[in-house]
Amino acid sequence: MEIELRHIHKYFGPVHANDDITLTIPSGSIQGLLGENGAGKSTLMKILSGYLRPDAGEIRINGSPIEMHSPADAIRFGIGMLHQDPMDFPPMRVLDNFMVGYPEGLLLPREEARQALLDLSAQFGFSLDPDAYVESLTVGERQQLEIVRLLWLGAQVLIFDEPTTGISAQQKEKLFAALHRLADEGKTIIFVTHKLEEVELLCDQVAVLRAGKLVGEARPPYDLDALVEMMFGKVVTKGARVSAPLGKPVLQIKNLAVESHRLRIEGVNLEVREGEVIGLAGMEGSGQRQLLRACAGLIRPVEGEIWVDGHNLTGKSYHDFMRHGVAYVPAARLEEGLVPNLTLLEHMILADEQRGLIIDRQAALQLTKERIETFNIRGRPHSPIESLSGGNQQRALLALLRPGLRLLLMEHPTRGLDMESAIWVWQTLKRRCREERTAIFFMSSDLEEILHYSDRILVFFSGQVSEPIPATETDIEHLGQLIGGRGFNTPEEATP
Amino acid sequence: MKPRWENLAFATAAVFVALAFTSLVLVTAGASPFEAYWYMLKGSLGSWAKISDVLVAWVPLLLATAGLLITFAAGLWNIGVEGQIVLGGIFTTWVLRLLQDSTLSPAFILILAITAGALGGALWAALAGLLKVFGGVNEIFGGLGLDFVAVALTLWLIFGPWKRPGIGSMSGTEPFPPQLWLPTLPGSRLSLWSLLIGVVSIAIVYFLLSGTYFGLKLKAVGKNPRAAYLLGIPTTRYLMMAFVLSGLFAGLAGAVQVTAVYHRLIPAISSGYGWLGLMVSMLINFQPAWAAPVTFFFAALNIGSIQLPIVLKLDSSLSGVLQGALVLSFLLMGGVRQRWLKKHQQEASDE
Repeated sequence: MEIELRHIHKYFGPVHANDDITLTIPSGSIQGLLGENGAGKSTLMKILSGYLRPDAGEIRINGSPIEMHSPADAIRFGIGMLHQDPMDFPPMRVLDNFMVGYPEGLLLPREEARQALLDLSAQFGFSLDPDAYVESLTVGERQQLEIVRLLWLGAQVLIFDEPTTGISAQQKEKLFAALHRLADEGKTIIFVTHKLEEVELLCDQVAVLRAGKLVGEARPPYDLDALVEMMFGKVVTKGARVSAPLGKPVLQIKNLAVESHRLRIEGVNLEVREGEVIGLAGMEGSGQRQLLRACAGLIRPVEGEIWVDGHNLTGKSYHDFMRHGVAYVPAARLEEGLVPNLTLLEHMILADEQRGLIIDRQAALQLTKERIETFNIRGRPHSPIESLSGGNQQRALLALLRPGLRLLLMEHPTRGLDMESAIWVWQTLKRRCREERTAIFFMSSDLEEILHYSDRILVFFSGQVSEPIPATETDIEHLGQLIGGRGFNTPEEATP
Repeated sequence: MKPRWENLAFATAAVFVALAFTSLVLVTAGASPFEAYWYMLKGSLGSWAKISDVLVAWVPLLLATAGLLITFAAGLWNIGVEGQIVLGGIFTTWVLRLLQDSTLSPAFILILAITAGALGGALWAALAGLLKVFGGVNEIFGGLGLDFVAVALTLWLIFGPWKRPGIGSMSGTEPFPPQLWLPTLPGSRLSLWSLLIGVVSIAIVYFLLSGTYFGLKLKAVGKNPRAAYLLGIPTTRYLMMAFVLSGLFAGLAGAVQVTAVYHRLIPAISSGYGWLGLMVSMLINFQPAWAAPVTFFFAALNIGSIQLPIVLKLDSSLSGVLQGALVLSFLLMGGVRQRWLKKHQQEASDE
C-alpha cells in the first residue's frame, strides 16, 4: 500500500510538533525516518497509526483519503505500529497477547490462533512459545510477538519506532531479515531511528525531521555528513565560552560499570575537578542517565569505585553523597524533583537546612521571597508548585539547591526554558563553578548547550562511552556523528 | 474570598444530599424523618447526661482519628487502626492484671497501663509498617490481616488465659476493682482524664502536622516519595515513624476504652471507632483542624440513635446510614467540585 501524508500539522499547546509534513511512502520498501529526540518522529507515526489525530492535513492510502479515530481504525486500514516500549500485557501468556485486539466474536478461536502464531513465527524464524508468559520474554521476543500479531490482524503497513533499542545483536539481525522479507512481500515498512548506521544498512529511502519540520529526503548511497547536518542544523554560537579555572579533583570514577534492564555501561574512568563542567551527550537512553545516577548513589554500580573529595562512596546511598556536598537535579520535575500539592514556600523549607523542630514561617517566607526574586520565578510563596509553568518549575528546582555544593549532577538543566532563561540559568551555574568551586556533571539532548558550556564532553552510544573530549577540540558535526554511532564500531576501545 | 464561598456551598450541598438520602431511607421504612432527627438530637444533646455520654464516645473516636491523620499525611491507608485499638486494650488489661494485686499506688498503675496501651498500639502498627517497608505488603492488606489477628487474640484471651472464674463469656474479663478505673465525674460516666488525653492528642497532631519539620517532611513523603528522597528525607524512616505514632494514638484509644469505659477487656473493645475514624478522616479531607468538631458530631449521631429503637422502633444503625451517606456525599461533591473547577478554568483560559 502506498501511504501519503499531506500537510500534516500537530500542536501540543504552544509546541508545533509536526509542521506541514508531506511525505509519500511507496509500497514494498523500507522508509527510514531520522531525527533527534523531540524532532516529531513519534508524533507523526502516532498520527499515522491512529493514536493521535492531526490538527490539519490528511492521510491517503493508495490515493484515497482516510479518516481514523483510533488504533483499531488504523489496523482496519492495515496500518500497525510497534511502539518503542512494547505495549503488551506482561502477566498474560503469549497466545493471549497474540489474540488481544482480535476484532469480533464472543468466542475466541484459540486453536486457530495458536496455529497462526506458530506458522507466522516459523516463516520469520522466530521461536515463540504460545504458552510462555510475556514477562519472561526478552524485549526482542516481545517485538517479534508484536510483529506476528499485527500481521495476523492483516497489517499491510508496519511502523517500527526505534526497534533496535535494547535488543541483542542476533535479534537485530533477525529483525532486519524479517523487515527485508516483509518489504519483498510488498508490505510498507516505516523505520523510525536516530542511528545513521541502521539507515545505511536498511533503508531504501530516508526522510529527516528536525524541530517538527521535514527538512530533507535522501536515497542510497547516503552522504552521512549531509544527514547529520540535516538532523542537527547549522551551528549557532552563543558568544564567548567561559571556563572557570580548575582546582583539585572532586569526583573520581574508577573503572565503573553500571547495569540497568536495557543496557550496561562499563569501563568508565574519569576525574572531574573543582569548577569543571562535563557534558554528557548522546541519544536519550544511551546510558548517560545511568552514569549520572550512579555518581549520586541513586544506582548501585556493579563494578568500580566512585570517590568524592577523596572519600570512597561506592555503594553508599544518595543521602551519604548529599552529606559530601553532592546534589542531583532530575529532569522529571513533578515526578522526581518537586512535590505536587506542596507550595513553593514549603519546598524552600524542605530544601533549606533544618533549624530546630519547629518551622520558623516568617524566616522561611522571607527566604522564599528572596529566592523568587533572585531566580525570577513567576509565582507566589503560597502557590502550589504544580500550578507553576514548566519553566518556572525548573527555576524553582534550581532555587532549591543549597549554596556551597561540591558536585552538581543535572539531567537536562534547561529543558523547557526559552533561550534567554537558558542563558541565565547557565550564568548562575557558571557562577557556582567560579565562586563556589562546584563541579557540574550534566546530560542534555541539546548539542549546542553541551558544546558551549562544557569543558569536556563524554559521548554515549548504546551504553558505550567515549573518552572525554575537550570541548574546544570538537564541533557539532563531529559530536553528531559520534552520537549516531560512528567511531563506536570497535567496542574494545572503551575498555582499555 | 471566592474559593471559600465555593467550598461552603459544596459542603452545604453535600450535607443536604446526605440528609435527603437518609430521609428517603426513613420514609421507605415507614418512619417520619423529622421525628427521627428530632429524637436523635434530643438523645444526644438533650441533657447534660446525654452530652457527657457523647463525650465518652468522642474521646476514643478522636484519638483514632488523630492517629489516622498522621498516616494519611504520609500517604498511608492505616486500615490496621482497628487492630491497633484492640492491642491498646489488650496491653492495658495485661498491665492492670499484672499489677492489680501489687502495693503500687492506683494512679501509678493506671499511668503504666495507659502507657502500655499506647505502646501496644504502636507495636501493632509497626508490624504493618515493617510488612510494608521491608516485605512489600501493601499496608491495606497487612493492616486488614492484623485486624483479624487482633480480634482473634482478644477472643482467645477472654475465653482462655484471662477468662472469668468459672467460665469465659462474651461479656469479657473480670472487671477491675473501682480504684483502677479512671476517675469519672460524679453521677456520670465521663472521665476528665480521658477527655484531657483526647484533647491534648489532637492538639499535638495538629501542631505536628502544621508547624514542624517532621510534619512537613511527612507530607512530602506522602505526596511524592521519590522527590522527598531527593530532597534528603529518609523516606522509609518517616513511613515507619508515621505508623508508630498513628498506632500510639490508636493504642491510647484502646487504653481509654479499658480504663475509663468498660473497666475490663471485652470482645468488641474497639467499638468500631477505627473504621469510623477512617470515615471521619475522609470526610474532613484529612484536615486536622476539623477533626474535633466532626468526630464530636459523629459521636453524637451514635449516642443519639440509641433512642431510636425504644421510641420509634427503628434500628439504631440509622446513625451508620447517615454517617456513611455524609462521607459519600462529601466525596461525591469533592468530585463534582473538581469537574466544575476544571470546566471553569478552561472557560477562563479560552477567553
